[in-house]
Amino acid sequence: MTKSAHSSLNDETKAPAFREKPFSLDHLIGIEGLQPSDITFLLDRADEMVGISRQIEKRRPTLSGRTLINLFFENSTRTQSSFEIAGKRLGMDVINMAVQTSSVKKGETLMDTAVTLNAMQPDLLVVRHNAAGAAELLAQKMGCSVINAGDGAHEHPTQALLDALTIRRSKGRIEGLTVAICGDIVHSRVARSNIHLLNAMGAQVRLIAPSTLIPGGIEELGTSTFHKMEDGLPGCDVVMMLRLQSERMSGAFIPSAREYYRYFGLTAERVALAKSDAIVMHPGPMNRGVEIASPIADGVQSVIVEQVEMGVAVRMAVMEALQLENPVDMA
Amino acid sequence: MKKSIKSKPPRQRLFVNARIIDPSQNMDQHGDVLVTRGRIEKIGKDLPRDNLHKSCKIIECRGLILAPGLVDSRVFIGEPGGEHRETIKTAGKAAASGGVTSLVMMPDTDPVIDDVALVEFVRQTALEKSKIRILPAAALSRGLRGEEMTEFGLLKDAGAVCFTDGRKTVENPQMMRRALTYSRDFDGLIMAATRDSSLGGGVMNAGFNATRMGLPGIPREAEIIPLERDMRLVGMTRGKYHASCLSTSDSVDVIKRAKDNKLNVSAGVAVANLALNETDIGSYRTFFKVSPPLRHEDDRQAMIEGIRTGAIDIICSNHDPQDVDTKRLPFAEAADGAIGLESLFAAALRLHHTDGIPLMRLLECLSTAPARRLSLPCGTLTQGAPADMILFDPDMPWIMEEDRLRSRSKNTAFEGARFQGRILKTIVAGRTVFSRDV
Repeated sequence: MTKSAHSSLNDETKAPAFREKPFSLDHLIGIEGLQPSDITFLLDRADEMVGISRQIEKRRPTLSGRTLINLFFENSTRTQSSFEIAGKRLGMDVINMAVQTSSVKKGETLMDTAVTLNAMQPDLLVVRHNAAGAAELLAQKMGCSVINAGDGAHEHPTQALLDALTIRRSKGRIEGLTVAICGDIVHSRVARSNIHLLNAMGAQVRLIAPSTLIPGGIEELGTSTFHKMEDGLPGCDVVMMLRLQSERMSGAFIPSAREYYRYFGLTAERVALAKSDAIVMHPGPMNRGVEIASPIADGVQSVIVEQVEMGVAVRMAVMEALQLENPVDMA
Repeated sequence: MKKSIKSKPPRQRLFVNARIIDPSQNMDQHGDVLVTRGRIEKIGKDLPRDNLHKSCKIIECRGLILAPGLVDSRVFIGEPGGEHRETIKTAGKAAASGGVTSLVMMPDTDPVIDDVALVEFVRQTALEKSKIRILPAAALSRGLRGEEMTEFGLLKDAGAVCFTDGRKTVENPQMMRRALTYSRDFDGLIMAATRDSSLGGGVMNAGFNATRMGLPGIPREAEIIPLERDMRLVGMTRGKYHASCLSTSDSVDVIKRAKDNKLNVSAGVAVANLALNETDIGSYRTFFKVSPPLRHEDDRQAMIEGIRTGAIDIICSNHDPQDVDTKRLPFAEAADGAIGLESLFAAALRLHHTDGIPLMRLLECLSTAPARRLSLPCGTLTQGAPADMILFDPDMPWIMEEDRLRSRSKNTAFEGARFQGRILKTIVAGRTVFSRDV
């Protein structure tokens, strides 16, 4: 190969069509299918966003003039505020819509709302819905980027990203860590997103839960399953607790909250089984005395409050990444 | 010139130069078929043409296959009560274009077809509006509530071809026992759905894919347990039983064992469970939400083996029209069901082209077997049988396009599907009710 040919090849790869995009998605529906490079890109950017959030002047003009709609079919004060703050810190106009759901007409509302909102020309739509696949359905109908803030028991990608950022900041890495996810796996979108992300980034995932709360075939995702905290916790770097929904405690899946706490509650004795520097996480809101003991939730190993802070940073990074894919005013 | 099935059949028709396949006589030969006054008169090589009536039309079949028309044992129609989904007329048109010459209409209508007047209504409407034979199945229990029996004798006399609670599984074993026992006196066929409503309360096949998608699963046992229960009850009562749509490999074994024990049972499978599996759902595509659910590939293979070995008798379309309002929803909230009359034959032919099921066996499952099980005179080309036939090209390639569908609802699981083999003519009582120019 002559020198000139080599340089011309180089020039070609610098042409816009060949330029590596930092992030290649239009929507963030789930972690499944994301490339490790996408995840690293988002986490790196979120790390920078943490610094921005800690300054006194927090607002950035990055996305000013754009509109973000928060569409929540399920109540969630903390997730909704987190998205709202993230949007505002990037300079967006944020509109919150809490849709009252009647049990039967939900779906109709979803499609009708999609069409209506689309007509208002938003740039970003954040959606939470109790049906798996709802975010995907909306993404197909909307002309803007959609961020899934939780769809049924399917995925909650920003939660997994904020968990990953929390872990990375605490441990310096994700690869090679052993992470225990404990509790209601079967109904948990947080668990699914976390499993996909941790697997993609090279961590070992253990699931610890009563058999009724472990969904069939989950081990095909590359996890190992334990039915005793005492078996699953030794050697863990991260202990991730899940919220147990109150309606699951009444006999259908487990007999009672007190029996659950007796065998699966995170107590000081159980935390001591994990590595001495293990961190304790919880996506909130917590049921103190059901899945986690208060002294642990508030203890030195707990990073639960930091998770909330990382939530804003991660959501800022996601919004920016999705929006920079749709540049309007590049001139 | 749009004639319904009610009008008088043409006096004489001669179908020449056809490959005639009739599973009822194990016949696969080249020849002609003479039809007189809606019935098969004669089959043979180079039938003489000098004695034909002057109105007789001669139909050149160009060596393509002439076979008994399809008999679809499980079809949901919206009339009465859900005419926006499908009417008897539109279902008849869809059926004709799919080669279905007789179909059994499920009683899940509003009102439920559970008394003589409604059976009469369906029969009359079908006679006037449809060019193919639409036969009502009567509800097994009043209002499909699973509590009290309907009037089996009167309903059968009025024209009901079997008794079924349609989509609903009879939950109460005592009710099922009584129905199986009482129906014996009228030689009635009990056609049953087998999906336990509590165990089968999910929305797709249980397993890894349901877990990954965060959807509640329907375990295979939700079908196997009611089926095994029913086999016990058939053994106890010696009733006549047909499991309308099965989907798991264990169900095939259960049926096979029952047949080995000389029970009077038969089993059907929806063509979707033969041609598709759970991975076709992709990203929450609700047109693939059907009941029984699309199962694992191993189950699909087992169903095909069931067809091959004879454990499974009947292939049905499980045609279940749903409109946009019930389908354009998040997966868990969307209704079950997909239309199938127009894709039944082409989808079933995949078993011939890719799984090596002989055409003879396939046509038996689509025509002869359901006709026999339902005690219908069709499904055969023997002398004197109704001249209900299809003419098809087993190899013609085509693509299913949504806007070409005749069914009033468009919820097909085969949109854009590439098929090999197509219906060219559908003949009911000697009259060509559907013809495709090629």
